[in-house]
Amino acid sequence: MTLIRLDNLTKAYPGVIANDDISFEVDKGEIHALLGENGAGKSTLVKMIYGLVQPDFGMMRLEGKGFTPTEPRTARLAGIAMVFQHFSLFEALSVTENIALGMENPPSLIILSDKIRKVSSKYGLSLDPKRLVGDLSVGERQRVEIIRCLLQDPKLLIMDEPTSVLTPQEVETLFLTLRRLRDEGTSILYISHKLEEIKVLCERATILRRGKVIGTCVPKNETAKSMAEMMVGSKLKSPKKSKANFGMPVLEVDELTLKSLDPFGTSLKNVSFNLRSGEVMGVAGVAGNGQDELMFALSGETLTDKNSIKLENEFIGQSNPVQRRLLGLLTAPEERLGHAAAPEMTLAENTLLTGFQRQKLGRRGFLNKSGAIAFAEKIVQKFDVRTPSVRNGAKSLSGGNLQKFVIGREILQSPRVFVVNQPTWGVDAAAAAFIRQALLELAEGGAGVLVISQDLDELMEISDSFMVLSEGKVSKPRPAKGITIEEIGLMMGGTEIA
Amino acid sequence: MMRLEPRTDPSNIMIGLTPILAVLATMIFGGLLFVFLGKNPFDAIRMIFWDPLLGEHAFYYRGQILVKAAPLIMIALGLSFGFRAGIWNIGAEGQFIMGAVIGGATGLALYPMDSFIVFPLMILMGSIGGLLWGLIPAYLKIKFNANEILVSLMLVYVAFNFLVGMVTGPLRNPDGFNFPESRSFQDFPSAHNPELWSGTGIHWGVLVTLGIVIMAYIAITRHIFGFNVRLAGQAPRAAKFAGVNPNKMIAICLGLSGALAGMAGLFELTGPAGKLTTTFPVGYGFTAIIVAFLGRLHPIGILFAGLLLAVTYVGGDIIQSQLSLPKASIQVFQGMLLFFLLAVDVLVNFKIRIGKRITK
Repeated sequence: MTLIRLDNLTKAYPGVIANDDISFEVDKGEIHALLGENGAGKSTLVKMIYGLVQPDFGMMRLEGKGFTPTEPRTARLAGIAMVFQHFSLFEALSVTENIALGMENPPSLIILSDKIRKVSSKYGLSLDPKRLVGDLSVGERQRVEIIRCLLQDPKLLIMDEPTSVLTPQEVETLFLTLRRLRDEGTSILYISHKLEEIKVLCERATILRRGKVIGTCVPKNETAKSMAEMMVGSKLKSPKKSKANFGMPVLEVDELTLKSLDPFGTSLKNVSFNLRSGEVMGVAGVAGNGQDELMFALSGETLTDKNSIKLENEFIGQSNPVQRRLLGLLTAPEERLGHAAAPEMTLAENTLLTGFQRQKLGRRGFLNKSGAIAFAEKIVQKFDVRTPSVRNGAKSLSGGNLQKFVIGREILQSPRVFVVNQPTWGVDAAAAAFIRQALLELAEGGAGVLVISQDLDELMEISDSFMVLSEGKVSKPRPAKGITIEEIGLMMGGTEIA
Repeated sequence: MMRLEPRTDPSNIMIGLTPILAVLATMIFGGLLFVFLGKNPFDAIRMIFWDPLLGEHAFYYRGQILVKAAPLIMIALGLSFGFRAGIWNIGAEGQFIMGAVIGGATGLALYPMDSFIVFPLMILMGSIGGLLWGLIPAYLKIKFNANEILVSLMLVYVAFNFLVGMVTGPLRNPDGFNFPESRSFQDFPSAHNPELWSGTGIHWGVLVTLGIVIMAYIAITRHIFGFNVRLAGQAPRAAKFAGVNPNKMIAICLGLSGALAGMAGLFELTGPAGKLTTTFPVGYGFTAIIVAFLGRLHPIGILFAGLLLAVTYVGGDIIQSQLSLPKASIQVFQGMLLFFLLAVDVLVNFKIRIGKRITK
């Protein structure tokens, strides 16, 4: 029986049709996957269902009745709930307080925490209502968001990339919960790009490409590759790694201890590892376990004990980012807009951020504007960045294109060591494959590459060796060959199975 | 309910037109103000904007405009770097005073030495006085994260009382019958900043200001320092990633604006003002904030904005004497200018939606 039915939904933004004549339906008690690359129109579609955006054209029917939510509140009243990819929680408040803040007429906190306890035990989502959100792991924070939704008894639960931040064991727990919900008759619209997970969890999948429905499939009968090709619309080739050939250590980190500046951050404790020339080393771990702190310590945005970081023959713990770049240590932080690139500046100006000294885009402090333009054009050409011109603002580029620009800007400066955090986060499949290939080629050329990522599939695909960052400590690096996802999950500290 | 919705694509023409629209709106509402004060608004507006430039006595007023514009522009140029980087020095008035007092004291200490070195030395010491006064909020912000807006503003009053203490104490003119004022620099040729060409109003400060406009233009458009300033203001995290030290940026921006304000104070003291008195500060340091924003924080814009504000100053003097309007009325008028500039800015970047929100 159909729960919600979408007919010819269309939504256009200036210059782009985000959703073009979209029709499909979700049955009662079904886990329905929504697949598509970034920019395929998934977010716009669920925003329309959740009342955040109104369609230009087309209609929706919920249990046979016309359904036109004008704001999230009307959607929630009709039985639609949504767990967003980015949580909206206050770290300094308790679980109960956070949930009460999102409610129309919250009951007293005592009654509410009782309800939270009941729901959490019923669905196997262990959670103490009294704890501060700031002390919770990412997986536990997600549970807060899920329980917030379950308290409204939803008919349709929308989940946007729910597993991207979880350990494999936490994913298992989440799936148990989702299946229990389904068995009770709740429908789930599940957005993800993790195709293996969709194969085990979802009954049906609707695939979007460039705002249109390409087709519907039964994930069990497909392979991950075939679904990916439907999403992209062309054959995919996976990055090729040549024979590993490691040289001398280029980056040595020795007993690096660093207190986090963020009150809810994670301090680094005795982090030690060696990265060799020609090696791609993967750093796995769930977000918030010290990734940002490690990144800052290596980039020079936070200074450390002088001797705890050694680049080739120099101790650089006290060197600033500019000095490190001149010595050959380049970095690309996770957040593209606002950290790796200045949104309002042009691409040409953005080359100056890291290229001014090393790429000699100036003399005696004066900017060499034509040099910057030429360098930006080289990046655009070599890294296939789609932009009308290098005079366009960084914020006008799509996520994948800007990421290619940021990675290209560093790689084309021939680093000796390249440290990158979440190189393909939120990037479409084709761009992700391109970036991974570029990282492998950089290592082949003799550089050391350190990839911090939460995407285990990505790390398995490109790393030569592998370590896990958990609660600010790293595991001993081990060769990536022959390691299983389960082993990594255990290394990540996700031993808790509810 | 009324709310503001960001425009996806604000028109470039409108952005360029905002200062002009703001001036027009100020004329209209300022005119209304003069109506309520019982004066003919057209006369008043003409006296403010027309008479100083092209009126009967404009030959005299034009020099006055340069005299008043120079310190405004010099101070505003210094402030504009900090404002672009998100560092808010509101205390230029205090730095202006300290520059005049320290530079002035240097000169007075050397009285009556006859040497070409005296005046440059005073300029240097005046700049240093302003620089150090600007570095106090910088130090407190870096060390204790104290809000530079409050600290710099409060230091204005400290500086003013320091000035009062000086002119009634150590710097009082020994031959001045106990009046609370210093020796006049007109009687001290080595330290005097004279009108260079009679009737033009041009003194050394005006020339130096022009030079600084050009230097500021080069710094902001062609030099890594200006680039880093813009970067720090637009994307502080990206600036840190690029290697800009935020603490250094705070010290440089506050120090630079302090030094320029101090230098402006010294030129004002040795030229147009002539001597240190308790009425020496007339608010250039505050008006320069308006000039900086009216000029879109751009050196060339600031040049024109400074001239415009100077016109309203001179025009304000005219309406005060000819229409016997209170001094506060021209200050309200200048305040309106900033208010309308910000208001037009909002309307260019946002549109107003009324009652669209459905509440059920």
